[in-house]
Amino acid sequence: MNTSRGLRTVLLACTAAVLVFVYAPLALVVLNSFNSSKSFVWPPESLTLHWWHAAARSAGARSALVTSLEIAALATIVALALGTMAAMALSRYRFFGRDAVSLLVILPIALPGIVTGIALNNAFRTMLGVELGFFTIVVAHGTFCIVTVFNNVQARLRRLGTSMEEASADLGARTATTFRLVTFPMLRSALLAGALLAFGLSFDEIVVTTFTAGSDVQTLPIWIFANLFRPNQGPVVNVVAAVLVLVSAIPIYLAQKLSDTAGAPTAAP
Amino acid sequence: MLWLGVAYLAALGALFITAFWGQNDFTGEIEKAFTLDNFKTLFTVPVYRTITLRTLGIAALVTVVDALVAFPIAFFMAKVARPSVRRLLVIAVLMPLWASYLVKAYAWRGMLSASGPLAWLGWTPGYGKTGLIITLAYLWLPYMVLPVYAGLERVPDALLEASGDLGSSALGTIRRVVLPMAFPAFVAGSVFTFSLTLGDFIAVKIVGGPYQMLGNVVYDNVGAANNLPFAAAYATVPVVVMLLYLAAVRRTGALENL
Repeated sequence: MNTSRGLRTVLLACTAAVLVFVYAPLALVVLNSFNSSKSFVWPPESLTLHWWHAAARSAGARSALVTSLEIAALATIVALALGTMAAMALSRYRFFGRDAVSLLVILPIALPGIVTGIALNNAFRTMLGVELGFFTIVVAHGTFCIVTVFNNVQARLRRLGTSMEEASADLGARTATTFRLVTFPMLRSALLAGALLAFGLSFDEIVVTTFTAGSDVQTLPIWIFANLFRPNQGPVVNVVAAVLVLVSAIPIYLAQKLSDTAGAPTAAP
Repeated sequence: MLWLGVAYLAALGALFITAFWGQNDFTGEIEKAFTLDNFKTLFTVPVYRTITLRTLGIAALVTVVDALVAFPIAFFMAKVARPSVRRLLVIAVLMPLWASYLVKAYAWRGMLSASGPLAWLGWTPGYGKTGLIITLAYLWLPYMVLPVYAGLERVPDALLEASGDLGSSALGTIRRVVLPMAFPAFVAGSVFTFSLTLGDFIAVKIVGGPYQMLGNVVYDNVGAANNLPFAAAYATVPVVVMLLYLAAVRRTGALENL
């Protein structure tokens, strides 16, 4: 388009302004973790590493972090298994209710988290009589993580077509062997991308978790939220938040590497 | 194999049934008898009506703000920037999507605080409605930028040149060619911004001050008040709104853009 110099400048300015808007709050969190003031007075009077030491010693934060990692890992495994099977079933076989299933997989993430949360809370407590805790969080996270794996695997399967698998069958391989030697290697990067998204989604989730966690299990987001309003814990929470900001660069880097080798991962939701 | 999916659907169905149960005023026990009381409360008690309308209003405002902020950057990315710059910008916009939701809401608590940087620069809206809208718009911005960017990328350059050759100014081209073609992409983005705002209660607690939205009422009724039937009834409101919204926008073809 023949963009005039003026329009181009305006667009450039807008873009720059949006980027400042996007990154200033994140930068503030990182800077405030060194702020010597307990109530984050701005600009900081002096800088200190004290809060980082305090956070490293915080037992609550550490155990919440471990819980979060465990739950995210388990939920990812559940999502990988169920998401792959659902995607294979939908793209390789035709059966009754096929369209309904693909809608069903997307539903937990399309509906507001609060709906999924209290639906599961209600199902666990009043229908099944299960005590809320670690296990119920894993089931809940697994449920909404399926869609990330499902999307990636389904997109890949559609692109691959079935000729490779047919060739393998013609050459005498059984279904299981075909999956192991032909389908799985071709799916590997899609599975990785799906798993990455599922892990991130689970690690970050707070709404559904609030309703399925019970009172004695704390994931990291729940811990942050519980300590957010306590002035004494403020600086430690801020350090944890700063760490999370810095750590969030890792999945970006991984996703970028993945998309370099094999098509961009389908973003959730 | 589809056990989890079926279980989830059963849970949703059960939630819907629970919405029709009552609660004993005296003991607080849930009574498993069919009643429309919860829905009656929902529509007749003014405070719930106010909160529903307020939540819808906030969701609409957040969506508009996101659309306004997203368009220039998405347009710049799709049509003006060089490919190398474009790639960097996509990463720059995607990166905050990976940062924790909670951390981003928390970051705005710091930005808006009375001793924070905005106050230092001269003005802060503080915790309340304005701060909440800014924070929610910030949280869901990538969900708007990405579909709009994808939509704009699909607009052929030739059409823009044709419009220019026929004498249209750049702004005229944007208004008469680009925006109508990108409209479904905006709608696709609005599905996310709208739905996410409807269900939010965490950001409301962090930066909303005393402000209450639909999600807070549901949350308080599950937790403190322990009135699950009423929470269930109120939670059907965002579901119904989203279903109506999806049905309404289906005709624009936006859903293929999701």
